[in-house]
Amino acid sequence: MPQYTLRVDGRAHTIEADADMPLLYALRDDLGMDNPHFGCGLSQCGACTVHINGRAVRSCSTPVSEAAGQTVTTLNGLGTPDKPHPVQKAFLEEQVPQCGYCINGWVMTAAAFLDTKKKPTDAEIKQALAGLKCRCGTHTAILRAVRRAADSMA
Amino acid sequence: MNANTDMSLSRRVMLQGTGALVVAFSMGGTTEVLGQAPASMGATGAAKLHPTDLDSWLSIARDGKVTLFFGKIDGGQGTDLAMGQIVAEELDVPMSSINIVQGDTALTVNQGGASGSTGVRFAGAAFRQAGAEARRVLLMRAAERLGVATDRLTVTDGVVSVIGNPAKKISYAEIIDGKGFQSKIGWNDEYGNPLALTSPAKPKTHDQYKIVGTPQKRMDVAGKVFGTTPWVGDIRVEGMVHGRMIRPPVAGASVVSVDESSIAHIPGAQVVRKGDFIGVVAPKEWNAIKAAQVLRVTWSDVKAPFVEMNNLYTHIRNAPASNRGGDDRGQVDAAFARAARVITAEYEFPFQSHASMGPGVAVADVRPEGVKVWTGTQKPHFAASGVAGCLGIPADKVHAVWVAGSGCYGRNDAGDVTMDAAVMSQIVGKPVRVQYMRHEGTGWDPKAPASIHRARAALDENGNLIAFDFYSKGFSRVETNSSEGRAGDTLAGMLLGQKGARQQAFNNPENAYTFANRRLSWETIGPLLEGASPLRTSHMRDPLGPQVHFASESFVDEIAFAVKTDPVEFRIKNLTNQRDIAALKAAAERAGWKYGPHGTRRSRRGDVATGQGVAYARRNGTIVALVADVEVNTRTGAIRVPKITCAHDCGLIVNPETLKLTLEGSIVQGLSRAIHEEVRFDSKTVTSVDWLTYPIVDIQEAPQVEIILINHPELESTGAGESAMRPLVGAVANAVFEATGKRLRRAPVNPANILQSI
Repeated sequence: MPQYTLRVDGRAHTIEADADMPLLYALRDDLGMDNPHFGCGLSQCGACTVHINGRAVRSCSTPVSEAAGQTVTTLNGLGTPDKPHPVQKAFLEEQVPQCGYCINGWVMTAAAFLDTKKKPTDAEIKQALAGLKCRCGTHTAILRAVRRAADSMA
Repeated sequence: MNANTDMSLSRRVMLQGTGALVVAFSMGGTTEVLGQAPASMGATGAAKLHPTDLDSWLSIARDGKVTLFFGKIDGGQGTDLAMGQIVAEELDVPMSSINIVQGDTALTVNQGGASGSTGVRFAGAAFRQAGAEARRVLLMRAAERLGVATDRLTVTDGVVSVIGNPAKKISYAEIIDGKGFQSKIGWNDEYGNPLALTSPAKPKTHDQYKIVGTPQKRMDVAGKVFGTTPWVGDIRVEGMVHGRMIRPPVAGASVVSVDESSIAHIPGAQVVRKGDFIGVVAPKEWNAIKAAQVLRVTWSDVKAPFVEMNNLYTHIRNAPASNRGGDDRGQVDAAFARAARVITAEYEFPFQSHASMGPGVAVADVRPEGVKVWTGTQKPHFAASGVAGCLGIPADKVHAVWVAGSGCYGRNDAGDVTMDAAVMSQIVGKPVRVQYMRHEGTGWDPKAPASIHRARAALDENGNLIAFDFYSKGFSRVETNSSEGRAGDTLAGMLLGQKGARQQAFNNPENAYTFANRRLSWETIGPLLEGASPLRTSHMRDPLGPQVHFASESFVDEIAFAVKTDPVEFRIKNLTNQRDIAALKAAAERAGWKYGPHGTRRSRRGDVATGQGVAYARRNGTIVALVADVEVNTRTGAIRVPKITCAHDCGLIVNPETLKLTLEGSIVQGLSRAIHEEVRFDSKTVTSVDWLTYPIVDIQEAPQVEIILINHPELESTGAGESAMRPLVGAVANAVFEATGKRLRRAPVNPANILQSI
């Protein structure tokens, strides 16, 4: 079985895996990094989102062979309670998550978006987050939080 | 007892001497001692918790930490926090000292799990009494120790002192001294939702409240935002393998044969089969997924069990009734006989799916000496007995531990997957983690029932409403029970040949309208396929509320327009309770409702027509009035809902911030059900299997949500988890009527149905 070296949250890990195994299972099953969640396995919901070289990607549909050698960041690597990312800080302040299963996707997608887009309009925020799913209906709180984060980063 | 303090977590993990993992949510800072097992349990955890032991409900540690043992669970709406606020209030301890242990069957009494919006309503009342009783006992003991009467004592932050002599004091922790309360409390002899506690203690009156009614922050949010707390799918047990289930291509088909050689090339993959229960396991998760994809199974050739989807409502109309019920008030038939005018309408509502954000996932470790399951179900105590039933062992051999999973808004797939994991673990002799794939989470979860609703109104010659007749017919909301406590009510149990109770029940509209002559009646019909069907029906957030009130609140609107009365005024005219009227007026005022006859609010820009609609409902004492603003493209049928205004009265508000967020969530989820959700199926099986075939609301459709909280601190708290969802479909449909001038009588309120209506 081929070997791949993954650089995740600043540390290198080498694993053996099928080339077509999605990155999601390398992170969760091989490395015990549980923040990307399985939601659909079809790139339809975003719960599995991580950053690869700063871009938000769906790890359920990214083969591990494509992620090898790239810089992968998970929610843990984005920020911590002591050093929160502005998006995490805003989600905490707005008390966004209910069940929270989807929150990884919203935070990671919003963080990557706000990295490239300063002072976005509300419509641009909605467009950047389109397609992500939340079943608890926290969309209005999500929009408040991303607005707050965008303003704090402006 | 070992305590494992992780300085970075707000939700704490503690290992007991028994090896049981105790997860507690903590309000406090980073150095406090953790939640502890109930003192009544003993060091080994072997003693059975009993509701009459005060120690079963709360404990006070040597450092003053107060731990509640909550026999429901909080799915992210803050009901656990409300318990904490209620107990902190009664005890006069700071919120920072509160820990909550919840949903562990070894550590909590069965309070019914998350169910029926009864968290604050029933469990809150029980904890208020437990807190008041704890304070009474503590003050009696303090009086003895300090040598004064209890009425000379005061409590500040968990320290009892003598009024006028603050140096004379003793803390709760010193009184308890690590020994527990060792005191009794009365109860009503009913486990589950109705469990109530009684004692001589008198809880505080609302004018004394300092913590209840204030906006405290939830304890679980930081862990979710930073990804520092475990989810049920993150539980790993030594020696664990990954499982996946295999479902038949035609619902109801049996396994004829399995070609094990078809997965021989996948490392460690193994077929797990017992009759029609069939799945695979593998040490690596990806290998289990691949094995499930390629395993060759020969299924029996069964007749396609379902009607074609476009015949669903005809089937419901024509199918024989499996049960019926109803309620008559006044002289309905006589009123219709003398009516000058009769209005009738019929409405249709589709099957809907929980389609939980993450498909069900659970871990089970079945050993001869006992079984442990980690489950995301909202009813862990019932899941434990369901597991016992599936495995054929006594219920007290099963320890279920709730760990947060994806949102559970009723009987979703979280309980079924727990049974599947347990059955697999029993067969393979190893701990098994089973996660459903997306097609199972949407295609095979229990469904909210489809239904039709027929309404009639009798008017006299002056246009006064003289009789109201409302009839519903549909699949039972408890064809599969709302809890997984019986093996026959779970997919695994059914595949292993067990039968559920298969109750047949429906709902009537619940409201306070004063229609003098009123008939409410219902009939259920049997399932399209008995047993392990992807269209088996059960409870989904506000069971049947959206269906019934889509029809009844649309019809109330139809009557209002027929008699040329403003729909808000028509409702108010037929209500006498001032709280109902206040909620309707508050929603109308905030929404900028312009009173007047049909069409005055309608406007049009090109193909887009706008409208505003109102709907109102009651739910077990809670009152909710909604106004929806919609924009409809009359050429394409496209609908946009820019704003929803909600006035909500649930009696005493314990935490206005969590209440507001809960209502926002249920309104947006309700909007999703109103404008999108419809389970698709063909004659063989359910064809809604992912987010493309079962679309839900997108953030680009997120409405502005305006919420008016009406607080009645002098009244008991009723529920808030489901209420706002109840009249929502009706409000949207009524707004569409104003926009298009045509009644839409089939949900969802989507472009296809809108175009059909106009």
